[in-house]
Amino acid sequence: MTVLLRIENLSVDFHTDDAVVHAVDGVDLEVHEGEIVAVVGESGSGKTVTAMSVLRLLREPAARVSAGTLAFRGQDLRGLSPRQLRAIRGGPVGMIFQDPMTALNPVLSIGDQIAETVLLHQDRRDRKAARARAVELLALVGVPDAAHRARQYPHEFSGGMRQRAMIAMAIANDPDLIIADEPTTALDVTIQAQVLQLLRKAQRETGAATILITHDLGVVAELADRVVVMYAGRVVETAEVHALFGKPRHPYTLGLLASLPRMDTETDRLDPIPGNPPNMASPPPGCPFHPRCPLARDICRTERPALLDLGDGRRSACHFHEELA
Amino acid sequence: MTIQVEVLDEAVPRRGALRRFRRHPVALAGLVFLFLVVLAAIFARPLSGHDPNQIDLLAARAAPSGEHWLGTDSTGRDVFSRLVFAGRVSLGVGIASAALAVVLGTVLGGIAGLLGGWVDGLVMRIADVFMSFPSLVVIVVVAGILGPSVVTMVIAIGLFQWPVCGRIVRGVTLSLREQEYVLASRATGAGPMWLLRRHIIPAALPPVSVAATLAVAQAIALEATLSFLGLGVQPPSASWGNMLTDAQSLTVIRTEPWLWLSPGVAVALTVLAVNFIGDGLRDAVDPRQS
Amino acid sequence: MGAYLVRRLLVNVLVFFLITVAIFGLVHKTPGDPIAMQVPADQLNSGSADFIAQKRHELGLDQSVVVQYWHWLLGALHGDLGYSLLNGRAVTEVLGERIGPTIELMGVALVISLLVAIPLGIAAARRRNSVVDYSATVVSLGSVSIPVFFVALIAIYFFTLKLQWLPSSGISDPTAPSLLDTIRHLVLPALILGFGNSGPFMRYVRSSMITELQADYVRTAEAKGAPPRRVVLRHAFRNSLIPLLTVVASNVPQLLAGAVVIEQVFAWPGMGQLAVSSVNQHDYSVIIGFALLIAILVLLSNLLADVLYTLVDPRVRLR
Repeated sequence: MTVLLRIENLSVDFHTDDAVVHAVDGVDLEVHEGEIVAVVGESGSGKTVTAMSVLRLLREPAARVSAGTLAFRGQDLRGLSPRQLRAIRGGPVGMIFQDPMTALNPVLSIGDQIAETVLLHQDRRDRKAARARAVELLALVGVPDAAHRARQYPHEFSGGMRQRAMIAMAIANDPDLIIADEPTTALDVTIQAQVLQLLRKAQRETGAATILITHDLGVVAELADRVVVMYAGRVVETAEVHALFGKPRHPYTLGLLASLPRMDTETDRLDPIPGNPPNMASPPPGCPFHPRCPLARDICRTERPALLDLGDGRRSACHFHEELA
Repeated sequence: MTIQVEVLDEAVPRRGALRRFRRHPVALAGLVFLFLVVLAAIFARPLSGHDPNQIDLLAARAAPSGEHWLGTDSTGRDVFSRLVFAGRVSLGVGIASAALAVVLGTVLGGIAGLLGGWVDGLVMRIADVFMSFPSLVVIVVVAGILGPSVVTMVIAIGLFQWPVCGRIVRGVTLSLREQEYVLASRATGAGPMWLLRRHIIPAALPPVSVAATLAVAQAIALEATLSFLGLGVQPPSASWGNMLTDAQSLTVIRTEPWLWLSPGVAVALTVLAVNFIGDGLRDAVDPRQS
Repeated sequence: MGAYLVRRLLVNVLVFFLITVAIFGLVHKTPGDPIAMQVPADQLNSGSADFIAQKRHELGLDQSVVVQYWHWLLGALHGDLGYSLLNGRAVTEVLGERIGPTIELMGVALVISLLVAIPLGIAAARRRNSVVDYSATVVSLGSVSIPVFFVALIAIYFFTLKLQWLPSSGISDPTAPSLLDTIRHLVLPALILGFGNSGPFMRYVRSSMITELQADYVRTAEAKGAPPRRVVLRHAFRNSLIPLLTVVASNVPQLLAGAVVIEQVFAWPGMGQLAVSSVNQHDYSVIIGFALLIAILVLLSNLLADVLYTLVDPRVRLR
């Protein structure tokens, strides 16, 4: 499989008046054509910031982004002119945001907002065709009575329907990559499954690779081909989905899995990871997970573990990954 | 929540506020200028060396000179001396009407917030009505019927500016009312006056001081405008506004610019200075606004 | 939405009646015989004592204050605002011919103030704490702080007296009327009034654009590939525009206050100039008529603000 998106050594700092927050600290991420990569972690782990920096959507100069490589289809995204970057945003790369409540413009009709995406990536500006395409897209994502609903405003849509509209926008220009940032977090549990179904359908129809950002391992198990686990702005483990669920090689992943309710085991006890994620303005030295880690030893407090290649596409950033094997 | 923390935890944010105010160069400049204006107004007589109402027809329409720093007007009165004495009137009217507005606003806003219900609704509707009427126009009408006077003017300006303060105090009161320790002090039998003194006024002080500063600026500008129209301070008393009234003829504008330039600059700079101070205060008290 | 507007309408009507009571209180305070305000001077002078007594009775002036108020209000609602003490003309007529010029001045000034405020406010919001932002703040504070009459005097000094570009008095030159002449007369008063009024708008646009530009939907628009201009104008500003309309409508009274002063300086034959000259000449009936007209204007602009708010915002519109 060819590599669609390659991120190497990505770091993002946020500068505020009195502190520098290292939101992302040396992240590597590869996405191959057509695959679904889940990026998992608690809030504040840097997963959303990582996703945002692909399309350079972070607000500079407050956010300072640096990367060794940031390449999409072999093209370096860092050197693009604003115009070239805009051609990629909403075109070959579509984005779905977490909260469809606020991510849609309240004073523009849904149809207008979808049509705008179409229009912005067309050479000839055919408004009528764009509107027709918007209705078609709405129907495609399962919004009933699409022609009528296209004229409505976001507040007239339910949360699930809004997220469908967001998905329609993301796939409007037949993307190669969809970045979905917690697409179901803000939705009712009953709606979540439907939206995930739709996401899978959209992914299949467009053949687009997908970066799925979530903290919900249930979602990961259902959709993802490969998983990237992030903690405190770093990638701590990456593996093919079955391998990860079968045998995690990082204590943080282990902790995440242990906090997940499971059908196939006898235990009815859930073990949430004790403690809280670190303050990213002053992360702990060594391995950032050591204050919460059951395996932590002296070396963990002083030395930062590298993300080691364990073979079979697995990587882990733990001094003691062998003990978990 | 952050507001309440900021308001309640007194020592630390206040010091922060002072620091933030000092970082505001324009506000500091405004403060220095205003201080000079106040000094000039207080020491008007020794400073000017002339009687502001001394008519000297022989020296009429004199250009600025060593004797008359800013020249003389059409009846030979010393413009500089009138300017500093007018400063007394302008500052006095500004402060008096802003004080009236603050007192009215605090009392009515406090009552509205504390009692709630229909009282709150009524007070706020009244505030809306007062806010929506241009005070200048109302004062023109009132002064037209009752005759112009400084007292009427102060009362009218104060009456039309209380809603700003009133809304702030009401907001603070409402948020405080929800807080536990206030409930607790109520349970122990503390009356509304006690609440007002102990909790509401300290919490409302920072935002109200901003509003009061801006009210002073507005009142000074309003006084100048009314006096300019002949509806405020009446001659022979000098005010920055009525000193400009004489300049409504093209000949005066052309040939005796010192007559209108100096009071005009005085009003503009003073109001600007007070507004800058208010702006600096706002940033200092509520950094999120800037 | 309908119920909301009806309630606002009722509140405004109630407020209007309270204001008429206040205005009538002023009528009552006017020096002199109230009959002089309600009967043209020539009739009063030529009329016999019987005629005057009969008029007095017709007008309810021999009855209680409440009845007098009622007569006065009914008359006012029918457009009978009495007669000018100065020249005996009907107050409605005197006021009527002054409304046009004032509306013209205010309208043009409003457009100017928005043309100043919107671009400056947006630019300041986009580049916070930049030179643009600071100068916008200074301009806005300046426009609020420097009294319009002083700005007017400076402008007259330069543009009328020194450069001799523009006239400083009146609405047109009766000896050489033309469109160009009308515009030349309008330039200074409208510019100064507009500039003086732009401060609050600019502050509003700035702060609301700061909020909107941080909204999630702005990021969505960027993620679609929308260019900055489109993101700012079509997405963010459109969201600021709705409350801005309300702000503009509720600012009309302030604009009117500015117009009163500007009209006085530039001898603009509008309501403001009429009001000030009536005050100076003790023409009480005209002052009262003016007060009533202002009250109506203010309440109408409040109502307009309410209606705009409900009509323009799709979130409210369809509720």
